[in-house]
Amino acid sequence: MHAIEANGLWKTYGSGETEVVALRDVSLSVSRGEVSALLGPSGSGKSTLLTALGLLQMPDRGSIRIAGADVVVDGRLRVDAAELRRARIGFVFQKANLIPFLNALDNVLVAFEINGVRGAVARRRATDLLAYLGLEDRGHHMPEALSGGQQQRVAIARALAMEPALVLADEPTAALDSHRSRDVMGLFRHVAHERGTAVIVVTHDHRALDAFDSVHEMEDGVLRAAEQPHAGAAA
Amino acid sequence: MNLGARDIGHQWQRFVATGLGLGLLFTIVLAMGGIYRGMVEDALVLVDTMGADLWIVQRGTRGPFAERSVIPESLEVRATAVPGVASSRAFTTFTIQPVHRGRVLRLSLVGLSWPDDRGGSLALEAGRAIRAPHEEIVVDRTLGVALGETIALGDGSYRVVGIARGLVSSGGDALGFVTQRDADAIQRYLPPEALRVARASGMATAPAGVSAVLVRLRPGASVAAAKAHIARWDDVSVFTTDEQKSFLLEGVVDKSRRQIGLFRALLAIVSGIVVSLVIFNMTVAKSREIALLKLMGARLRLLVGMILQQSVALSLLAYAVALVLSRVAFPLFPRRVVVGPEELAASLALSLAIALFASIAAIRRALRIPATTILAG
Repeated sequence: MHAIEANGLWKTYGSGETEVVALRDVSLSVSRGEVSALLGPSGSGKSTLLTALGLLQMPDRGSIRIAGADVVVDGRLRVDAAELRRARIGFVFQKANLIPFLNALDNVLVAFEINGVRGAVARRRATDLLAYLGLEDRGHHMPEALSGGQQQRVAIARALAMEPALVLADEPTAALDSHRSRDVMGLFRHVAHERGTAVIVVTHDHRALDAFDSVHEMEDGVLRAAEQPHAGAAA
Repeated sequence: MNLGARDIGHQWQRFVATGLGLGLLFTIVLAMGGIYRGMVEDALVLVDTMGADLWIVQRGTRGPFAERSVIPESLEVRATAVPGVASSRAFTTFTIQPVHRGRVLRLSLVGLSWPDDRGGSLALEAGRAIRAPHEEIVVDRTLGVALGETIALGDGSYRVVGIARGLVSSGGDALGFVTQRDADAIQRYLPPEALRVARASGMATAPAGVSAVLVRLRPGASVAAAKAHIARWDDVSVFTTDEQKSFLLEGVVDKSRRQIGLFRALLAIVSGIVVSLVIFNMTVAKSREIALLKLMGARLRLLVGMILQQSVALSLLAYAVALVLSRVAFPLFPRRVVVGPEELAASLALSLAIALFASIAAIRRALRIPATTILAG
């Protein structure tokens, strides 16, 4: 079953001479448990596609289905985007973007809070998530007391809090060294395969492409499937 | 999870410092209200202390608290003949500035109808009421003269036999109580040389008489009937105690009230702007966190609640600081500052109103932050 299906997405910025077509008839589907890479140079439309898939910005045309539900039809939003993001989509960014006045545990708990899950249940699930990501002894550390890799793990824990169907990651390893970068990519694979979450990762890092189940490349708003350097290595 | 409280806890030193500064501003707002309330109470204390039902004053005037009033002392006797009158007494009040131990004092002197009235009803904190017909005085503690000391008034030396508390004039000067005869003598006193010059030039000295005659009615007697009776006399005007109070408030206190009210409103606006700027800056500093929460699908009430909580917390902290400072500082003010439960409740309501007003700009700002800000790197 596809966690997300996008069909015929078009997005244009500006008009006339300043018109830029960011998405040209982009179609993409990622299954549950699949880790997919999105490659491409700056300005190729990767971020536009990510914001469209994350329901942060509507495409001009095209449709999006998430977990079997039509959420965008012919460029029109059919659901409460915020509600869908709350429950079904997790985000991970280049920077961890942890809330600086909350400790690691509370940074995960805030995702539960937003979804109305509170008390001991939320605390236990957040603690379990941190332990799952190897941060069981870092829950009460403030973000500034954590390393870059640890911060990114907390961010991943936060993104996984509500067991989303889809995780969108925008260059999550850009700020990490190669060792930690490989570590985080491995984590995505582990989470996707174990929890059945679809993960789409925007990346420039060609060193870690063997960690992905599928690789897509964007150029001038056009998406095409790319050949993996080590196809099958991750399976 | 209370995000507003967590944010405050993370930078509590800055928050407390801001709260202290704002608390000083709130203290002034509180002081303005207290000063006005003190002025009103000070203005009314003498009228209340005299305990009269009717005030007979010079014809065409509004009485001694509004303007100069001189009537013959014999009216005291005439008033007792009015149906329903239990007693009447002369009342004189004027302000003098005697020099005591090299210091110029301001004293509002009141004449008591000795021996019927010896000041027994005055709230004394030390000493006693007047016993002798001459040269004894009861003064308010704010005059700064100790029990047993003597003050030179007119050509007499007056021994302080009683110290009262909370008895000041509408101008904030300490009240002093002497017998009516002494008050008359002090008011009419001229140094010998000045008296000689006045007599030689045919000038009149201070006119004989009293400022007013105070009438107390028998229980059950009609104030309106007694007033109507006296009002038919051609040489005087007559007012109830409530009318005297309203003259005092309209005449003496009203301009101050308006001035203080305006000043207070300006301070409230300044406080609102300060809270608004602080909360706005705190919100701007959290733009990325707000964008993140939006991106995660946070409901608006979570964001609005966070901003409101911080604004209310800051205002309540400032209010608490103002409360503590008011207890410490207000007793040191030269004039009475009265901050009662009503004033405290009104100030609390004002603080919360300021908090709500101050949140508007920050909330508008937070609502305009796009969730995609967080993707900007």
